[in-house]
Amino acid sequence: MQTIHLTIVLAPLLAAIVAGLFGKQIGRAGAHWLTILAVGLSFVLSMVVLKDIYWDGGAVENYSVYTWAVSDGLRMEVGFLIDRLTALMMVVVTFVSFMVHIYTIGYMHDDPGYQRFFSYISLFTFSMLMLVMSNNFLQLFFGWEAVGLVSYLLIGFWFKRESAIFANLKAFLVNRVGDFGFILGIAAIVMFTNSLDYMTVFGAAGDIARQDIAVFGGSPWNAMSVICILLFIGAMGKSAQAPLHVWLPDSMEGPTPISALIHAATMVTAGIFMVARMSPLFELSETALAVVLVIGSITAFFMGLLGIVQNDIKRVVAYSTLSQLGYMTVALGASAYGAAIFHLMTHAFFKALLFLAAGSVIIAMHHEQDIRKMGGIRKYMPITYWTSLVGSLALIGFPGFAGFFSKDALIEAVRHSHWEGQGAVYWIAYLSVLLGVFVTALYSFRMFFLVFHGKERMDEHTRSHIHETPAVVTVPLVLLAIPSAVIGWFTIGPVLFGDFFGPSIFVLPGHDVLAELGAEFHGSAQFLAHSFTAGPAFYLAAAGVLVAWFLYLKRPDLPEAIANRMSGLYTLLDRKYYFDELWINGFAAGGRRLGRFLWTRGDELIIDGVLVNGTANSVGRLAGTLRHLQTGYLYHYAFAMIIALTLFLGWLLWLQ
Amino acid sequence: MTISDFLPAAPEISLLCSICAVLLIDLFISDEKRVVTFWLALVALLLNIWVVVVSAPPDPTTIFDGSYIYDPLSQVLKVAATAVVALGFFYARDYLRQVGMLKGEFFVLGLFGLLGIMIMISAGSLLTMYLGLETLSLALYALVAFDRESPQAAESAMKYFVLGAIASGALLYGISWIYGVTGSLKFAEISQSIAVRPELNDVPLWFGMAFLVVGIAFKFGAVPFHMWLPDVYQGARSPVTLYIASAPKLAALALILRVLVDGLEGLHGVWQGMVMVIAVLSLVIGNVVAIAQSNIKRMLGYSAIAHVGFILLAVFAGSEAGYAASLFYTLTYVIMAAGAFGMVLLLSRQGFEAEAIADFKGLNARSPWFALMMLFFMFGMAGVPPWVGFFAKLNVINVVLDAGFPGLAILMVLASVVGAYYYLRVVWYMYFERAEDKSVFQAGRDTRALLSLNGLAVLALGIAPGWLLALCLAVIG
Amino acid sequence: MIGLYHYLTISAILFALAVAGIFINRRNLIVLLMCIELVLLAVNFNFVAFSRYLGDETGQAFVFFILTVAAAEAAIGLAILVVLFRNRRSINVQELDSMKG
Repeated sequence: MQTIHLTIVLAPLLAAIVAGLFGKQIGRAGAHWLTILAVGLSFVLSMVVLKDIYWDGGAVENYSVYTWAVSDGLRMEVGFLIDRLTALMMVVVTFVSFMVHIYTIGYMHDDPGYQRFFSYISLFTFSMLMLVMSNNFLQLFFGWEAVGLVSYLLIGFWFKRESAIFANLKAFLVNRVGDFGFILGIAAIVMFTNSLDYMTVFGAAGDIARQDIAVFGGSPWNAMSVICILLFIGAMGKSAQAPLHVWLPDSMEGPTPISALIHAATMVTAGIFMVARMSPLFELSETALAVVLVIGSITAFFMGLLGIVQNDIKRVVAYSTLSQLGYMTVALGASAYGAAIFHLMTHAFFKALLFLAAGSVIIAMHHEQDIRKMGGIRKYMPITYWTSLVGSLALIGFPGFAGFFSKDALIEAVRHSHWEGQGAVYWIAYLSVLLGVFVTALYSFRMFFLVFHGKERMDEHTRSHIHETPAVVTVPLVLLAIPSAVIGWFTIGPVLFGDFFGPSIFVLPGHDVLAELGAEFHGSAQFLAHSFTAGPAFYLAAAGVLVAWFLYLKRPDLPEAIANRMSGLYTLLDRKYYFDELWINGFAAGGRRLGRFLWTRGDELIIDGVLVNGTANSVGRLAGTLRHLQTGYLYHYAFAMIIALTLFLGWLLWLQ
Repeated sequence: MTISDFLPAAPEISLLCSICAVLLIDLFISDEKRVVTFWLALVALLLNIWVVVVSAPPDPTTIFDGSYIYDPLSQVLKVAATAVVALGFFYARDYLRQVGMLKGEFFVLGLFGLLGIMIMISAGSLLTMYLGLETLSLALYALVAFDRESPQAAESAMKYFVLGAIASGALLYGISWIYGVTGSLKFAEISQSIAVRPELNDVPLWFGMAFLVVGIAFKFGAVPFHMWLPDVYQGARSPVTLYIASAPKLAALALILRVLVDGLEGLHGVWQGMVMVIAVLSLVIGNVVAIAQSNIKRMLGYSAIAHVGFILLAVFAGSEAGYAASLFYTLTYVIMAAGAFGMVLLLSRQGFEAEAIADFKGLNARSPWFALMMLFFMFGMAGVPPWVGFFAKLNVINVVLDAGFPGLAILMVLASVVGAYYYLRVVWYMYFERAEDKSVFQAGRDTRALLSLNGLAVLALGIAPGWLLALCLAVIG
Repeated sequence: MIGLYHYLTISAILFALAVAGIFINRRNLIVLLMCIELVLLAVNFNFVAFSRYLGDETGQAFVFFILTVAAAEAAIGLAILVVLFRNRRSINVQELDSMKG
């Protein structure tokens, strides 16, 4: 089994190295064949691992592969923890990655950076696998930063575009804010447990929860709350939760396969995965869970609203991703970790599908991304149309589709989460996820109708060239559409209510909303039927679709009128709540002013001028003086030796 | 005594035979085909490694009445020394051919030096040690004066010779006292009689020890017995400098481990102080004076003095971990030094010695790959993680801290910071200055490949230092 | 009665003289080589005295080794001296300072 684990991780790494360093030698075909085979191998082996651990009842494996360093008792290792949570993530990551690899052949067909691109996405697969398979915080951090690095490289893949450079700088900086919290959290864990190993840390969780830590002016805080909130700040950066979400929409500057793989299906869910993995810690801090819940709700609802006013096809999907990530976070906050991971899985499929479908449209439209200039392309691209429909239905949670099961379970879980002392928090969360359903349906079908139905608004030249994309593009679409449609039906029972995760996720008995739901769960069909009566979710979704239909197909003149009428609200949404302005003109500009001051006064004058150059100059002068001891005369050399010897002898006499 | 009793000494015996063979065959080779001698010498070295490996008895053994020791430590040191000499020969070959000095003497003297090194490594008594030391030293004196047309080489050979003779005189004087007090020359017996008769632990023995320490410090080139080192590094031809800078350090380490640790461990408290003073002086003087150098060979000479400070401090710490750290440091330093001088050789050619640090200007533009390799060597020596020098330094700092000397640890860190300055200056020249010299390297493909491997090894050992560290601990324990 | 002590004293004086000769002499390299021989002779004196005192022949055997090595050393020293003279036309110690610092 260990060989299999290593192969899963190393095959994409090897392919990335070869495709990256020897891209010229192996050529374009060589690069894509090599990386696709490697990722395909990883996918097959991941399936083997999942099969072993779920169907064959294989044991959870937790072992160290290599000890990198031991410092003061702190072991820094590379190791794997393979349980059901990991196995599920591995399958999701490698499957989506596999699909995206194939799709890339079509999408990047004419790009001069073809081999480089394949090298990057293979490297990403490696990094993501390292992240999810880790059994310790150091490797988690490595994977965390490595996926961040690849994401940075890929957002700026077209590095001659100024907007791409700006976007990747933004992603980089915003993620640093999150990483700052993350690494402080890890440091706090090391401080309390002197260990990086998950199991050791989880074992000591009870101890940590009983201790206090003095932050800001000595007021004591519960240590576990501090740790969890710090870790969650990391997750906020990576999983783009408000207010650290600003980088994700801009990341759409990268090629579309990347948006599908990294910025929708896998990397951005790393934060969700991490919190689920850390459930033994988060469970012990209700404060932290409440923070998670509130941040998630805000993201889920308000980011969805932004999707309604976007006109770039990829940005609409990006805001939808933000909103869905918010949903997952809400589930985490409600202690329904299983529901979060379940939604993560279904979301990975249908969101990757939506992005790839958007990419397919973009290819057909000759890299035009503005949905106002599309319309009516249903008849030109039937496969893209139908797969997009499946993706959209899954996204809005249309009964029967994958997203329905996960989102409905999630909403139910939030509804049932009623632990004490959080009345306001509860209502914020519940209302957000409910209203979010309406918003989701509205923006999804707004885009869907604008792109595929209605008047053909593109220019004549483009229209004459629209045709269905080649098989390397459509096959992944179809392959992703299948799980997007059916996977919820088949897996909700076992994954969500069947104790699938077992001991890999820890929930306090008082928090366990999924167990409560599980008691009422009697198969997928019953769950489906129940949804029509249990809550307003279905009707909200249907209302969303109807409104979209009315506004964008029936009365296409209305949206503009509404926007003009409510210009204040529209501007607020159009400017994305002014978060960009806050970050760029507020923090970034302030930071630069502070930096300039410290640079000219602190660094140049005091540190460089006095400390560094001062010290360096005196060492230099000392060197100039000391070198004259080496006179070049043989008798001086001999004399130095004899004097030293005599001094030693004298010292020995004195010693006696 | 049967022939099989000599088996542990088979490497030395067979090496001696090969040297004689190389020497004889060299007589019948015309100057144009002199490269054959190089290949013969290389075969002798490979044969030597093979013999060292296969002739090893299963357990540590002594022969010749305890005067010759075989143990795992000796095996590791011998393989390392032979390999690094082979590396040096390779780097030297193309250079010597270009400057028209490809002569058999270089290789034969090099092989004799190696024989001396191996005898020192396996020495079980002060007599064996002395013989090995002289075999090495005499070969080195001759090697330094190898270029008969160069006044500088002759001057540095003379300095080296006179000072070396004083040092070996002091060493002998110390040996005579230790012999007089303990009545024996063998390390095991010396250590035994000090343990049995504590009254011996007194001034006469200490004096003998002090003279020994002087001899050892000279061999290492530790301050204040280092004065020969910069002059010899600078004055000798670059291949000779490479030779002196690499393998003999291993012999010096064997010297200190055998004499002070095995033989005189009863006097640990006494020699510890002396070693500390020498080590600290080396660390400070070596790093500081290196800054003021403009000749790269001389700069690397002072840097060698500074590295010796680290090695000696690891020995000073006095624990098994400390000795292992010194072994690790020496092994890795030797690899880096061989590579750095290999780069100097690569840059030199007919009528042009790449001796000034400024000759490295703009190397990146001329050859990005070898600029990168030089960067590896410089970063390795400076102790930048993850290059291997970092772990070597970290180990030493750790053992010194464990021994309870935080002040020394801080000093080591500060000295490393000062040291980083002159290594990074070379890197600065390579990457940020314009090249004055645009000529193409003339070294052969095999030499380039070997030099690249050497550079990559400095990085690879730093990324995965575990096995080497474990090996060092195992052979010391 | 002349005992071990006297021999050791003589040897020590010889050693000190030789060493002093090395750094006091600033003219002639040949004198330096002679001083080096003197150091080795002092050592031999010590070895023989100790050997006799301990009743152990090892010390005397060592002396033979030292004599042999000293001969080789002298040969190499003189060879270097010749090379040096050919290159610089001088064997003055004070002029050996082209490398320093």
